Amino acid sequence: MHEMGIAMQIVEIAAASIPKGMENIKVEKVNLKVGKLSAVVPESLRFCFDIVAKDTPLSGAQLMIEEVPVVATCNECSSEWTITGPVFTCIKCGSGSIRIVSGRELDIVSIEIADP
Amino acid sequence: MEIKVVRKVLDVNNTMAQQNRNLFAGKKVFVLNVMSSPGSGKTATLVKTIRRLLPEIKCAVIVGDICSTLDADRLSVTGVPVVQVNTDEFGGDCHLAAHVIGNAAGSIDLDSTDLLIVENVGNLVCPAEFDIGEDARVVVLSVTEGEDKPIKYPLMFRVCDAALLNKIDLLPHLEYDRNAVVKNIMQIHPGMSLFEISAKTEEGFDPWIMWLKEKVKKKLS
Ligand SMILES: Nc1nc2c(ncn2[C@@H]2O[C@H](COP(=O)(O)OP(=O)(O)O)[C@@H](O)[C@H]2O)c(=O)[nH]1
Ligand SMILES: [Mg+2]
Ligand SMILES: [Zn+2]
Repeated sequence: MHEMGIAMQIVEIAAASIPKGMENIKVEKVNLKVGKLSAVVPESLRFCFDIVAKDTPLSGAQLMIEEVPVVATCNECSSEWTITGPVFTCIKCGSGSIRIVSGRELDIVSIEIADP
Repeated sequence: MEIKVVRKVLDVNNTMAQQNRNLFAGKKVFVLNVMSSPGSGKTATLVKTIRRLLPEIKCAVIVGDICSTLDADRLSVTGVPVVQVNTDEFGGDCHLAAHVIGNAAGSIDLDSTDLLIVENVGNLVCPAEFDIGEDARVVVLSVTEGEDKPIKYPLMFRVCDAALLNKIDLLPHLEYDRNAVVKNIMQIHPGMSLFEISAKTEEGFDPWIMWLKEKVKKKLS
């Protein structure tokens, strides 16, 4: 639901990452990492990105979204596993004292520009 | 050619949230972020909560209502300062962003505030993602919303410190499986503080008020 605001941030950060003197270059891809636990729907983010990118150096760029699984470790027995369902207890010892290692990402990794 | 960026998309919000946190720490103000779907009873619960905290704990409220002042009017009855904020195109309509809270805090006398309560926009998805510089997060869930909400909105229940299961006065009229909702909450957030309350009758309020008071006092001391 807040994908429009997120898309605006992405365009701003990506545009600011274009090296000086290359302002007229065409950005082909924006590589993004989105955790499965984050409150972002990839399709709607792509849709908003296309709209927000118009008339910017990001216009027409593809938003490449790598979805990151939710991985947790147990504070009791140190097991590490991927959470796929709505259960956040240790699969080995049942402890509820766990740490989410990944799955909340909302990161811009890189941009790809046409080779000069 | 690939150019590395490696930045968090919500950097700007996170930076603002940290500024808020520093401000609130300096002024010794405890900030409570209250979230739920529309109609779960945030405003009703807060009115009753504030009445019980006064005069011992000095409260102020920021309420994010998209298109009316109705909640602000209801909260003002308690006599505490209430700032109504409208969300903007930058933050989106679905949550309060850190910069919105920062601005609103500017019109509150923080020196004479112990507890700043933020009634977030009614939404179980987006507010969970946006740090506003708060000390504690609470989600209100009413028994009329079904037992499966924690499972459908896991992030919200993960990021919150406590859940208020509201409108329990209606239980006799519903076919509600109270044990199922508790099981679902504990499955998503084991050990989460859970208070079963009625903002109408104030049943169950004592433990909730005690929990909140203890947290606020810890920060003030
Ligand atoms: N029966 C009952 N109704 C409640 C309770 N809490 C809130 N309500 C009603 O639920 C509706 C929505 O409450 P409100 O506080 O505006 O919810 P908000 O949108 O989360 O702020 C109002 O009509 C309230 O009177 C409760 O504990 N019991
Ligand atoms: Mg309300
Ligand atoms: Zn374990």
